[in-house]
Amino acid sequence: MSRLPPDGDATVIRFENVSKTYPNQARPALREMSLEIERGEFVFVIGSSGSGKSTFMRLILREERPSTGRVVVAGKDLNKLSNWKLPHHRRLIGTVFQDFRLLPNKTVYQNVAFALEVIGRPKGQIVKVVPEVLELVGLAGKEERMPNELSGGEQQRVAVARAFVNRPMILIADEPTGNLDPETSVGIMKLLDRINRTGTTVVMVTHDQAIVNQMRKRVLELDQGTLVRDQARGVYGYVR
Amino acid sequence: MRVQYVLQEIGQGLRRNLTMVIAVIVSTAVALVMLGSGLLMWQQTLHMQDYWYGKVEVSVFMCNQEEVGRYPNCQTAITDAQKQTIHDTLVRTPHVQTVTYENQLQAFQHYQQMEAGSALAQDSTVNDMQDSFRVKLDNPNDAQIVEGAVNGLPGVQSVQDEQQLLKPLFTFIHIAEYTAVSVAAIMLVLAFLLIFNTVRLSAFSRRRETGIMRLVGASNFYIQMPFLLEGAVAGLAGGVVASVILVGVKAFFINHVVAPHLTSVQFIGWSPFAWIVPSLLIVGVLMSVLASAFTLRKYLRV
Repeated sequence: MSRLPPDGDATVIRFENVSKTYPNQARPALREMSLEIERGEFVFVIGSSGSGKSTFMRLILREERPSTGRVVVAGKDLNKLSNWKLPHHRRLIGTVFQDFRLLPNKTVYQNVAFALEVIGRPKGQIVKVVPEVLELVGLAGKEERMPNELSGGEQQRVAVARAFVNRPMILIADEPTGNLDPETSVGIMKLLDRINRTGTTVVMVTHDQAIVNQMRKRVLELDQGTLVRDQARGVYGYVR
Repeated sequence: MRVQYVLQEIGQGLRRNLTMVIAVIVSTAVALVMLGSGLLMWQQTLHMQDYWYGKVEVSVFMCNQEEVGRYPNCQTAITDAQKQTIHDTLVRTPHVQTVTYENQLQAFQHYQQMEAGSALAQDSTVNDMQDSFRVKLDNPNDAQIVEGAVNGLPGVQSVQDEQQLLKPLFTFIHIAEYTAVSVAAIMLVLAFLLIFNTVRLSAFSRRRETGIMRLVGASNFYIQMPFLLEGAVAGLAGGVVASVILVGVKAFFINHVVAPHLTSVQFIGWSPFAWIVPSLLIVGVLMSVLASAFTLRKYLRV
């Protein structure tokens, strides 16, 4: 069951003149950022360190609030989101990180099931859905392994499975291939592409030139907090 | 809400942090023993107060033949008319509960009983005794009223307030009571701080899990439940330990060792335990749960 935004509105993420300055910092992390991302898109977010990529992600997750402007996700203005509705908002978004962030004391199966257990899904549903997702990411048969017994690529697949098991509307990946070799990275990207084709919007922050150039998806480039490029089917550097 | 998941998490939490859980139980138990002791001391003082207050009375001694001329109000030995006046005045005085009359003969017989065998008893006669009214008040602190009412009346030789004799005892009892309650209150605060710190360490050691739970969209309730219940279980265990200790002290130490030797002190029975034990359990659980909730709010940033 995938969570769709209200009918008639294909925009899942919208930033309206969003600026963010952290307290005790002179320079704003984001300046006057406005953009729209529609359902089913695959978007790369690139930029050097300090360009505001992480802030962008955190604003979507509402780990931070904008200093000015509005962030609207799935038709909901995040400024107006009450604290007790926040968990519900987070369930619409699956996250994958560079350092995998698996629970080291749980098996592969338990790590993925965890995402369903803590939101109160019944055991009957979990037992059905988790094996399906593990098969989707290519880890069928490895349910009982512990994270430290897996390669980097396999651990990231577990993370992707956990992010996707709840069929979220948006999948955010923060440098998912950062700790992986090029070959394994390709495997992860194929996985994310497959997930994107099921209708999930994918927003991926990356430094990986090769992948951006190869996949030719929409590219958002940030430089010192400003959106300097928004190009459909873009490449990493400017095309000369 | 999945009960099974929550129970699993509590079990894991208790096992992994066993030393910390034991620390919480011990500190809760110590604090509750102090609190319980304070409450029992308080009950003991009230018990003793009731007992002694019931015993005190004001005595109005009247002139007999021997006092004549020696006291201003004793022009003659007490007459019936004077007795009547004094009696009526006493009965009308506010706070007076009962007025009992004791004549010379009765006083003599009582005296013989109390001082049986002593030289004083052998030498005294009926005429040495005085008629008296024994006045019971509803509040021992109002003894001066009696004195004020009858002191100047003809025939009244003296008014004696027995409560004055016991004043030092009552003062001691009050001081003990306040000390006990104050110490208990301080221990409660210290225990709260210790539990708070222990729960904080526990939450900090689980921040990876709780971080992922937040990211994945677990509700605050779900994230907090294992901590709150762990705290409740530890607090309850502390309360049980404290109750067992207090009951043990009462049963063995007080009843078998102290009471047989200290017969002048009336010790409390088992009835206060009926409300003290449940109170300790409730306070133990409440304190732990509150400490847990407070820690989570501050350190989990849910």
